[in-house]
Amino acid sequence: MTPTESSGTPLIEARGLTKRFPGVVANDRVDLVVHPGEILGLLGENGAGKSTLVKMIFGIYQPDEGQIFLRGEEMTADGPGQAIARGIGMVHQHFQLVPPLTVAENIVLGAETTRGGFLNRRAAEDEVRELSQRFGLIVEPSDVVEDLPVGIQQRVEILKALYRGAELLILDEPTAVLTPQETDELLGIMRDLASSGVGIIFITHKLREVLAVTDRVTVLRRGKSVGSVDTADATTESLAELMVGRSVVLQVEKSAREPGEVVLAVDGLQVRDDRRQMSVDGATLQVRSGEIVGVAGVEGNGQRELVEAITGIRSIVGGSVTIGDHRVAGHPRRVRDLGVAYIPEDRERDGLVGNYSIADNMVLTDYHRPPFANTGIRRFDAVDANATELVERFDVRTPSIETTVGSLSGGNKQKVIVARELSHDNKLVVASQPTRGVDVGSIEFIHEQLIASRDEGDAVLLVSAELDEIFSLSDRIAVIYEGEIVAMLDPETTTREEVGLLMAGGGESDGESNGQVAGLGADGAAVD
Amino acid sequence: MTTTSPAPTSPASAPGSARSLLGRVRVDYRILAGLAVIAVAMIIAYQWDSQQTTAVAARTIREAAPLILAALCGLIGERSGIINIGIEGQMLLAAFVGFMVASSSGNLILGVMGGMAAASVAGLFLAWTAVALKMDQIIAGTIINIFGLGVTSFLYVQGRTMPSVPNWPIPGLDELPLIGSMLFSHGPLTYAALVAVVVVHVALFQTRWGLRTRAVGEHPSAADTVGVRVYFVRYRNLAIAGMLAGLAGFALLQSASVFNRGMTNGKGFIALAVMIFGRYRPFGVLSAAVLFGFFNALQAQLQFRQAFDIPPQFFGMIPFVFTIAVLAIAGLRTRPPAAIGQPYEKE
Ligand SMILES: Nc1ncnc2c1ncn2[C@@H]1O[C@H](COP(=O)(O)OP(=O)(O)OP(=O)(O)O)[C@@H](O)[C@H]1O
Ligand SMILES: [Mg+2]
Repeated sequence: MTPTESSGTPLIEARGLTKRFPGVVANDRVDLVVHPGEILGLLGENGAGKSTLVKMIFGIYQPDEGQIFLRGEEMTADGPGQAIARGIGMVHQHFQLVPPLTVAENIVLGAETTRGGFLNRRAAEDEVRELSQRFGLIVEPSDVVEDLPVGIQQRVEILKALYRGAELLILDEPTAVLTPQETDELLGIMRDLASSGVGIIFITHKLREVLAVTDRVTVLRRGKSVGSVDTADATTESLAELMVGRSVVLQVEKSAREPGEVVLAVDGLQVRDDRRQMSVDGATLQVRSGEIVGVAGVEGNGQRELVEAITGIRSIVGGSVTIGDHRVAGHPRRVRDLGVAYIPEDRERDGLVGNYSIADNMVLTDYHRPPFANTGIRRFDAVDANATELVERFDVRTPSIETTVGSLSGGNKQKVIVARELSHDNKLVVASQPTRGVDVGSIEFIHEQLIASRDEGDAVLLVSAELDEIFSLSDRIAVIYEGEIVAMLDPETTTREEVGLLMAGGGESDGESNGQVAGLGADGAAVD
Repeated sequence: MTTTSPAPTSPASAPGSARSLLGRVRVDYRILAGLAVIAVAMIIAYQWDSQQTTAVAARTIREAAPLILAALCGLIGERSGIINIGIEGQMLLAAFVGFMVASSSGNLILGVMGGMAAASVAGLFLAWTAVALKMDQIIAGTIINIFGLGVTSFLYVQGRTMPSVPNWPIPGLDELPLIGSMLFSHGPLTYAALVAVVVVHVALFQTRWGLRTRAVGEHPSAADTVGVRVYFVRYRNLAIAGMLAGLAGFALLQSASVFNRGMTNGKGFIALAVMIFGRYRPFGVLSAAVLFGFFNALQAQLQFRQAFDIPPQFFGMIPFVFTIAVLAIAGLRTRPPAAIGQPYEKE
């Protein structure tokens, strides 16, 4: 489809939107236009104001200045109710699904059809099933949402919007939590929706996705719109440069390095997940000093539990984890004292205290020892100096170090964690999805930091759902499937397809690894 | 075209859940086992001493009734995201106001309504502190308890009487051996408790009200973003739940016929244990309350009979020991609604 600025009334048009928060102008006279059937990419660094902009369109925030027109009619926003009624649907950066309710219940919630107050469950399920078939978003209406993988939960979110007759769909970083396969499916769904006339605003940090699916791109930088371009005229480099204001190195440089002694040894590890299933079952893996081992796998194959066992958060049922020459047995602080840095997958829950300041969050792991405390008394000058330095060095976009972490944008929260963890003198770095939801400029930066850690001789265990990230950073790739490391591969001699196949359990059918066993780990886990 | 591959992984569905007319019914085998043991013991005991067994059986249900009503009050609150530890105070207020109204007007219906109104206002107070003041809900509940105990003790004057609550045996059924006096020869508030279980269950799982309530208790911002008014739901539900606590308070008068200082005697707290043991589900509450009711009845019977040469206080302790044991065991595996206790902040 070739969208032109003149093709009839725009579906949505925002003029001169301004939104201020204490200490920041999150949006500064931003304009935005979406036509029916058009997919608009919305790009910008962390904290550029993308979420703020779409929240104003959806009616969650009221603009301080400016107007929004839906099909030429001005909207007087007062909460999302009106936006929903007038055909705007939004899939939030953090899912808004009620975990113990079923798919159908989640979709109809707030727009239930009832007879005398009673829900008609069967009708709701049929309706959802019909809708899901019409748009190719396959879900089972009677499934309970918390049992579903994130990719399916995402579909439920989209169906929720479509059920309410959304003609404008806002997707705020929908792919941040998806596997590559799920992402491809979502992009296909977006194309289908657009060709049926739905307008879409698509926020993402992944330029590849923008190029693949959008018609036009609007770029925000520090709250200001710096322009809109037709996707056909854009390249990854040009978009990155528009976002960041300088050219970005998208491919990390990495020198060859001989790994040293084994720092982390995981041997026949067994760990249970929250539902008491043995989700890590016999995993064996080693990470040496000066190497990055990337763990590739479809989400939910035990990565989370593996990482939590290594960091002492989750108890070990069988097998062992050895760091240096200490056996890990619970006790997260003791593990940390061995020189372990940990970038958790769920930053809001495991990495930060939302209503503490940035300064306090920067010392969460060592507030209790010098220089941040002396004989049990906190030293705020040292805490503040530390925060000021790290905010500067890691480019955290914030009005001040006293700002609560909870009000930072997603990517900046991540930078706070990365800053805290990588500024230590580490022996082992455990990084789980370290660049999830982070902008290209910051990804570049975090990647550089991880490589710098490795070059200093740290052992780095990287868990990521991004195959690109795994391939560009890892010295060795461990593929995890159903709680076991099913292959150890050399990224130089392996293809994405091979890894993808192993991740999907394809290595088991013929009893042999499809990939090559890397020569490095003589006793590393090969295929069984 | 899009790929329409099915879900990559389809985790096993939750065990012990089945679909039925009443929605998803989860069977808790521990409670069922407990009830089965009691039932068998009752039948055996009935052969041995029918009179006393019948008395214990009838008393079990009578003792369970206020617990059921009070636990349903707690359940509705927590399902909407508000912890209510003020049930004890609500019951006491309701019993006091109910008694005063009934004794001065001579009309029991007015008394019940007065009691329900009093407890409902206390519920609204809790909702207000939680929603508008974003106060710690445990503290707010404690305020209600202290207030309830203090005010009713202070204002109470001895010597008043109220009409006694009639017994409504159900003709034809009340003559049945054991079952008859257990289920079919009670006062109106005992029947009300049993009916309330069914009503709350159906309302919670089959109606729009229930769906919205559960959404608000689990994930208020999800409810908010689809236009459900979280604050309104919390106010309204605490008011409704308060009425149930009011019935619970009046149910105490049904057996005592007169108000006593501190007559709730910890029942509001035991109701919380009942709610947790019942896994925040109405039929779970019913079963758990019957278990507690049984221990209460047993204890009363043993004290009354002075069957053993043991101080009566020892028997009086049984329900509380049981409560502690139940909470220690059941609390481990129970999952409360995710949003309880947290004030909801709109964006
Ligand atoms: N509720 C709020 N209170 C105070 N400041 C806020 C609030 N929401 C956003 N901000 C600030 O406004 C700016 C823009 O944030 P926004 O969430 O829109 O960024 P974003 O472009 O979506 O970033 P990301 O890619 O990291 O999600 C940031 O500086 C952020 O700290
Ligand atoms: Mg955002």
